[in-house]
Amino acid sequence: MQTKLLQGNQAMAEAAIYAGARFYAGYPITPSSEIAEESARLLPKVGGVYVQMEDEIGSIGAIVGASLAGAKSYTATSGPGFSLMQENLGMAVMGEVPCVIINVQRSGPSTGLATKPSQSDIMQARWGRHGDQSIIALSPATVQECFTVTVKAFNFAEKYRVPVILNADEIVAHMRENFTMPAPGEIEVWDRKSPAAAPDQYRPFEPDDDGIAPLAAYGSDYVYHVTSSMHGYEGYSNNNPATAAWKIAHLHQKLERYRDEIVMTKSFDTDDADILLITCGSTTRAAREAALALRRQGVKAGVLQLITVWPFADEQVKSLGRNAKTVVVPEMNYSGQLAGEIQRILGPDKDIRRVNKYNGQIITPQDILTAIKPD
Amino acid sequence: MSHATGIKYLKKDCLPLMWCSGCGHGTVLGAMLRAFEELGYENNNTVVVTGIGCWGKADDYLLTNALHVTHGRALAFATGVKAYNPKLNVVVLMGDGDGVTIGGNHFIHAARRNIDVTAIIVNNLNYGMTGGQCSGTTPAGSYTSTTLYGNPEREIDVCALAEAAGANYVARGTVYHGMQLKNHIKEALNKKGFSLVEVVGPCPTQFGKKNQMKKPVDMLRWLKEKGVSKEKYNKLDNPQGEGYFVIGKLVDKDAPDFNTRYDEIRARAMGL
Repeated sequence: MQTKLLQGNQAMAEAAIYAGARFYAGYPITPSSEIAEESARLLPKVGGVYVQMEDEIGSIGAIVGASLAGAKSYTATSGPGFSLMQENLGMAVMGEVPCVIINVQRSGPSTGLATKPSQSDIMQARWGRHGDQSIIALSPATVQECFTVTVKAFNFAEKYRVPVILNADEIVAHMRENFTMPAPGEIEVWDRKSPAAAPDQYRPFEPDDDGIAPLAAYGSDYVYHVTSSMHGYEGYSNNNPATAAWKIAHLHQKLERYRDEIVMTKSFDTDDADILLITCGSTTRAAREAALALRRQGVKAGVLQLITVWPFADEQVKSLGRNAKTVVVPEMNYSGQLAGEIQRILGPDKDIRRVNKYNGQIITPQDILTAIKPD
Repeated sequence: MSHATGIKYLKKDCLPLMWCSGCGHGTVLGAMLRAFEELGYENNNTVVVTGIGCWGKADDYLLTNALHVTHGRALAFATGVKAYNPKLNVVVLMGDGDGVTIGGNHFIHAARRNIDVTAIIVNNLNYGMTGGQCSGTTPAGSYTSTTLYGNPEREIDVCALAEAAGANYVARGTVYHGMQLKNHIKEALNKKGFSLVEVVGPCPTQFGKKNQMKKPVDMLRWLKEKGVSKEKYNKLDNPQGEGYFVIGKLVDKDAPDFNTRYDEIRARAMGL
C-alpha cells in the first residue's frame, strides 16, 4: 500500500494502465494535458503505444482502430477537443467499439476561459453526436475516485462493448491530494468477451443471451467488418428498415438492461435529509462541506453524488428527492444541465434550488449556503 | 504460378458492383485484390479501412477484415490499427474528397509519421456520390455542380503532397493502365512505411459529362492520352497546359516507419 500526493489527471492515467489499457492517441489541450504526458511516460514501459495525433478527430479515430486490433484504448481532451471528437464518438457507438474518452471539462463556449473549470458538458456528453443513441458518462469527485472511476470506465467499455466518457472537471483533474495506489487485483478488471463460435460462423454484431456480442481482434482467426453505416449481425452495411430498427433499439437496450450495474451514486447523510444536495464531480466537495455546516446548525442536510451521470440515476434521485423538502443542485454552468434532469424526475412542483456559477470560479460551500438561506 | 484473380477476397454474393457504368472503381478493386493474392495476403491478417464516398464503399465487396469509418478520417483509424498491431496488412481506400480534401490533415501526418499503411486514393476529380461538386483535386477551370462557371480554385497534386510530407513510396496510375496499376499497388503494399498510390479514375456520370467527355469511353481515352511517363512528360512542350500528367513510380525510399521507431523508444523507456 503506497500513499502519495497525486494529481487527478495523473491518477486517471495510472488507472488506465491498471485497467489494462495499452494504447493512447491524443492531442494536447489544457486542462487535460497531464493525462497525455503521463500516458506517454507510462505506456512504453508496459509495452503499450502512445501516439500524438494531428488533432482530436484523428485521436478518437486511432483509439477506435487500436481497440479493434485488440487494445484497451483511450484518449483525453477538454472542451473544444471533446466537441471535435463527437462524430467519431458516434462511430464508436455505431461500431460498438470499447474505448474510453476522458473529457476534462473547462469553460466555454469556444475557447472560453481556457483553463478554468466548468461542468457545462453534461449535455454534450449525452447528446453531442447526431443520431439517436445512448452513452455512459462518469464523473469523479476526488483524486482517489479519478482512479477507481477510470477503472470502472474501462470495465464498462469492455463489458458492454461501448465507448465510455469520463466527464471529469478541471478542479478534480488539477487537484493534488492523498492517493493510495490499489494493489494489482485489488480492483476488479474486466476484459471484453471473445467469440466462441467457429471462425466461419462468427457474426460480430449478433448479441449473446446477455445482449452483448463478442468482439474478436483484427488479426485473430476471426475475420469481420465494422462499419459506421447501418448494419445487421454480419457487420456489412445494410439499409433494411427492420435491421435499422433493431440496431438503434439495441444500442439503447444494452445499456438499459444493465442500468442498475452502471448507475453508481454515493450518499452522505441522506436518510433523514430535509435538504438534499444533488451533485456530480468536484462540486460534491463544496456540497458536502455545506451539508456538514447545515447539520451543525441543526438542519438535516445530505448529499447525493452522481458518479454515473449518464444513464441518469432516475431511481436514486426519485427515492431520495421525494422525501426531501428542498432539493439543491449546485453546478458550474448557467443552464442547470443537471437540475433540468432532476426536475424532470421529481416533477414541476418540486422545489429545486439551482446554484449555478459560470464565471470560471469554483462553487464554494458559502455559495451554496447563501443560495439556500430562507428568504 | 497461375494467374491471380483475387477471387478469395471478393464477396461474390454482393455482385454486381453498385458503381455507375463507366466508373473505374471496379478496375482498381480488381487490381488491388490481384495484388493481395500475388503477395499471399490472408483474409484474417488484412484490414481494409475505407472512408465515405463511392470508392469508400469498396469494403462492401470484401471478405477481408474491414473498417468503414467517417468521412475523411480513414487514415486516422488505420493509424490506430497499425500502431497497435504491426503484423497486420493495413490498406486504406479513399477518394480525392475523402483523402486529401476533408482528410488532408490526416494525409499529411500519416505520411510524416511514416505509418506503415498503403493508401489507395482514387482521384476522379469531384464528389461523385454527393452529386458531382468540386473537390480539392478538381482542376482549375473545370465544371462541376458547384463550379458552374469554372473552378476558381487550383487543384492539389496528391502525389507531390505525399512526397513533401515524407511518404516512403508514391506512384500514380490510371484506371486505363490496369496492369501497371496492379504492379504499383503491389510495390506499395510491399513497402514498409507510408505508401500512396493515386489512381486517376473516370467519373463519366458526374464529371465527364460536364467537361466535354460525355461517354465513358471519352474518359478512358483521356486517361490513355494524358497519363504519360515522366520521360514523355518532360519532352512535351506545354504538358501542364495541355492537361498531361505523369504516371509511374515517383518516390521510393526506406526511411524507418513509425513502428520501427516506436520499438526503439519503447526499448529506451524500458531501460533495455
